[in-house]
Amino acid sequence: MKFFLEPLTLLTFFPLVGVLVLLFLPSDKKNLLRWTALVTSLVTFGISLWVLSMFNASNPDLQLATRYPWITVAGWNIEYHMAVDGLSILLVLLTTFLTPISILSTWAAVEERVKDFMLFFLLLEVGMTGVFLAQDLFLFYIFWEFTLVPMYFLIGIWGGPRRIYAALKFFLYTMAGSILMLLAILWLGIQQGSFSVPELIEMGGIPADIQLWLFLAFAAAFAIKVPMWPLHSWLPDAHVEAPTAGSVILAGVLLKMGTYGFIRFNLPLFPEAAIQAAPWMALLAVIGIIYGAAVSYAQQDAKKLVAYSSVSHLGFVMLGLFAMNPQGIQGGILQMVNHGLSTGALFLLVGMIYEQTHTRDLKVYGGLWKITPVFGSLMLIVALSSMGLPGLNGFVGEFTILLGAWGAGMDGGVLGSVLFAGFAAAGVIMAAVYILYMFQKMFLGPEGSIVEEVKKHGHALRDLNAREIITMVPLLVFIFWIGLYPKPFFALMAPAVDKLVVILQAAMH
Amino acid sequence: MHLSETVNTGFFFLAPWIIFAPVVGLLVNIIFGGWFLKRSWGEAAVGTVASLASGIAFAVSALLAWSLSAAHGEVVVVPFAEWIHIGSLQLDWTFRVDTLSVTMMLAVSGVGTLIHIYAIGYMHEDVRFKKDEKRYQRFFVFMNLFITMMMLLVSSDSYLMLFVGWEGVGLCSFLLIGFWYDMDTLGRPSWANSNAANKAFIANRIGDFGFLIAGFIMFWAFGSFQFDEVFTQVGAIAPGIITAITLFMLVGVTGKSAQIPLYVWLPDAMAGPTPVSALIHAATMVTAGVYLVTRSAPLYSTVPAAQYVVALTGALTALFAATIAVGQYDIKKVLAYSTISQLGFMVAAVGMGAYVAGMFHLVTHAFFKALLFLSAGSVILGLERGHHHLSHHEGHQGHEGSHHEEVRRTEPVEVFDPGDMRNMGGLRKTMPVTFWLYVFGTLALAGIFPFAGFWSKDEILLDASLHYPDIYWILTLAAFLTAFYMGRQIWMVFFGEPRHEAAAHAEESKPIITIPLMVLAALALLGGGLNLPGAHTLGHWLEHTLGEIEVPEFSLMVAGVSTALALAAIGISWLVYGRNPLKAEQKDPLKKPLGFLFTGMENKWWVDEGYKWLILDNYVRLSKFLAEVIDWRFWHDWFHEKIIAGTYNWLSNIALNKYADQQGIDAFANGLGEWTKEVSASLRRVQNGFVRSYALSVLLGVVLILGYLLLK
Repeated sequence: MKFFLEPLTLLTFFPLVGVLVLLFLPSDKKNLLRWTALVTSLVTFGISLWVLSMFNASNPDLQLATRYPWITVAGWNIEYHMAVDGLSILLVLLTTFLTPISILSTWAAVEERVKDFMLFFLLLEVGMTGVFLAQDLFLFYIFWEFTLVPMYFLIGIWGGPRRIYAALKFFLYTMAGSILMLLAILWLGIQQGSFSVPELIEMGGIPADIQLWLFLAFAAAFAIKVPMWPLHSWLPDAHVEAPTAGSVILAGVLLKMGTYGFIRFNLPLFPEAAIQAAPWMALLAVIGIIYGAAVSYAQQDAKKLVAYSSVSHLGFVMLGLFAMNPQGIQGGILQMVNHGLSTGALFLLVGMIYEQTHTRDLKVYGGLWKITPVFGSLMLIVALSSMGLPGLNGFVGEFTILLGAWGAGMDGGVLGSVLFAGFAAAGVIMAAVYILYMFQKMFLGPEGSIVEEVKKHGHALRDLNAREIITMVPLLVFIFWIGLYPKPFFALMAPAVDKLVVILQAAMH
Repeated sequence: MHLSETVNTGFFFLAPWIIFAPVVGLLVNIIFGGWFLKRSWGEAAVGTVASLASGIAFAVSALLAWSLSAAHGEVVVVPFAEWIHIGSLQLDWTFRVDTLSVTMMLAVSGVGTLIHIYAIGYMHEDVRFKKDEKRYQRFFVFMNLFITMMMLLVSSDSYLMLFVGWEGVGLCSFLLIGFWYDMDTLGRPSWANSNAANKAFIANRIGDFGFLIAGFIMFWAFGSFQFDEVFTQVGAIAPGIITAITLFMLVGVTGKSAQIPLYVWLPDAMAGPTPVSALIHAATMVTAGVYLVTRSAPLYSTVPAAQYVVALTGALTALFAATIAVGQYDIKKVLAYSTISQLGFMVAAVGMGAYVAGMFHLVTHAFFKALLFLSAGSVILGLERGHHHLSHHEGHQGHEGSHHEEVRRTEPVEVFDPGDMRNMGGLRKTMPVTFWLYVFGTLALAGIFPFAGFWSKDEILLDASLHYPDIYWILTLAAFLTAFYMGRQIWMVFFGEPRHEAAAHAEESKPIITIPLMVLAALALLGGGLNLPGAHTLGHWLEHTLGEIEVPEFSLMVAGVSTALALAAIGISWLVYGRNPLKAEQKDPLKKPLGFLFTGMENKWWVDEGYKWLILDNYVRLSKFLAEVIDWRFWHDWFHEKIIAGTYNWLSNIALNKYADQQGIDAFANGLGEWTKEVSASLRRVQNGFVRSYALSVLLGVVLILGYLLLK
């Protein structure tokens, strides 16, 4: 019993309580099923706040650890080891925060097989939280792979017309990378005699040439997940076909598992290799920023446009992480959260209009601000947050990343050229181009044909209802909070990032 | 620097209220505005709340100015909140009260308040002509947001907080240009206004890119964004770095202050309601670039080469925009190009190091250009009233038809453009108050003694004549054209005979509109008193912030030449447009003698078309190519389907068929309990044997690595 009451164990596995309850509920009581899932996820969020209250922000190390030997056959020492530190606390909170919001967004959107949907969703939450908390490589791998299964079914059952193709592709790509990571994990566990992440970091001493191979093996898994250019091809399919809640979690949390992987494993475990690879990673990141923004602008499907914008935004995160200075890494971590908030909000809003119109084709929209003023205003705020307007969350992350990347590009820095930051800054212009384009095509200009089209079906376009507004408000609160007063968020991660920077700097000399 | 005892003695503790007052105003209007508008006094309430909010900001600015002069102009810094602290990056939100920032605060909130009051009357009519009375509330929310952001810009103590305001005012500009987002300037359903809004935002973002880069270089060279910390280290930094910073900053200036090459957004910005054109796109926001250079005087003053680039950019813009203004027919477009040109004067001034002259012209220009825009708004409303009156009149005449027909007839039959000067003429008689207000504005802009523009423009020309003869000649030529196009406008709008029925029936505006204009007219006449030769009041005031400034002696020569040229230009404009007033449908009389030259001016030298061809079209083409060909056809379809999926299928088929016990794995997958069976029945299609082969792959991987390690 004590085992289950340990904070991080409880946090990770609490959604299973909801799963158990759901199993015994009748499938036709849809609202009861929804409420069960929502309450479960809200309690989980409460537990994460309890964890936050016990978290000591000034301590750079892993905290609240739970550690038991698990598999000890053949001299292996695999542990059940969960712990949290400044690198992961915000992502854990992001996960438990976005899950109830996503569940709330399915209230009217998911009518088919509500029970199964909620089951998969709660299982997904277990996997995601586990990924951010596991401190044993093998345990991490299990959680990492475990997230695939519920997401695969969420896309494959509740997705759009090409859902099966998209689900398969999502599965295939992620898995292809994971296998390389598994090989690297096994090598580390056997060769170094430990699967424990903190111990492996402590030990160090992996020869530089082998480090590079291990770095690449881990990077393969993470870069696909992020996704970094040119491995992003699964993302538009997955996003376009996924149900709204799936897209929110996919963009909000699952992609962050990739960037988190880099910061948790690649940077501290293989610092020499990471430094060697930094300019190349930055190059891919900057190509992703520019390419994602340009391709985004050419989209006529609102959801696809937002999907490609993720490629661009995640490029900023990667650039920040590989700047390897406090500004870059802290900005990168904050930008992971920011992207979860603003892109999550964008997917929610696009989903809300889709529920009414059943189309995402920008050509048929236009002039909706007049008809749905609250909707338009919220979309504008979220769009501005996504394009990095000062005063909203996106700017704080982007600016610190670019500042860090510029510093890392000067003489003696790991990136070797300020051009990375320069081109990335140009991506900020391009972000304004595609996001304003989307806002204009939907909400400005003359009334689009969709208004008449909807009327033909006997009902007029309506503004957001109370449930939809309640879904959006928590996101907006954080969009403003992080934009105006990011101090508490940076404070949570600063000591842990400084510790990481020390490791990296030691490797530079 | 942190003089805490001074903070306690004066009214400095009030400094945050220059921002909070408009924030409170906009919140009140967001929350209660809709409720207000359902009542008969609703518009008055919304407008009053917003005007009061701006007025309080002005009152606080005045108190700050008073406290500052009591403290002998020493800078006072009022810390407010921490913003971003990461390692060596220490960004705080701090209010900086010094003579330069207070001057800007007074200009912004003073002119801003007058324009808020004017807008109460203007928007009352505008929302009715455009048939959406609900938007009244939104207008004043945006206006207060603008005052907030502009105050943030001018009161900040560091480059980065300045940048927050800088992008904030850009947002307000976007929102207000696109205020009538579902139509064009003539009220027809269109994308035009929202396109103009996007254009402004993106042009400004290009400028902001320059600002950001300047910021990055600055931070890693100076270790700070805070003004004093940067300026005290100037001597220790290589001039090359400072040159880079100042030139990238210039990119930001060309965006916000509409200079070559990024000025193209400003003429389109006239799509916004006229009070917006006056406040944001003439008097305040567009001068932010001038303020930025003045604020950065310690940086610019160390790099003469960069200064010259700034001055030349300003001077060329001044001349170039003036030529375009000559060929425009829209009353607001003329003023828009005039604004670009006058901003060019200011940028040239601060580029030459004549910071006081630049700031002086910034202030007087805020007075007379706001006056001109608002008077133009009064003219447009007058014509719309005339046109409205006319169509009603016609509607009643044709009353024998059905009711339905009357409704149709009251809609304007032809598209009437109330801003086209070719539809005007003779308004002197129907709108006498507006006429005299316009004349005051024109004389001030043309630089006629003793109006405000005479003194401030003269100071710029004087500085140029002493140190930069080439710039002096460019600016003098621009000043000549300025007087000419303003003369042309006066003759075309107010003299001769009405060229359209609407102009014949134009009606004068109400006092709520004309009284704020009279205040501005008085300022346009007397504003020169701020910095008369000999007294140099503004100069001595700004010296506290900018340090010793060389004050050139008044030169009768320079003043004489510019006045003579201005009078000559007005005279020539009379010969062309005044002596033989334009008739309806008549072509511009300059068309014949100037030929191609005039066609160029009329068409704005095809710069918009050039940008579209060179940049916009290519960007669209590139993004389409990347999206459709590279990303989709090549990467998504071919590479994925053929290479990745193909290879995988091939491999897994071999593996599955030859080595795997399919039955066993199937049994395993299906044996996960009652629920799984239930799901898997409908999931067969989804599974597609895929999860199976996945499990197998993992297994194979483990076996392989174990085998390797055991045999090694």
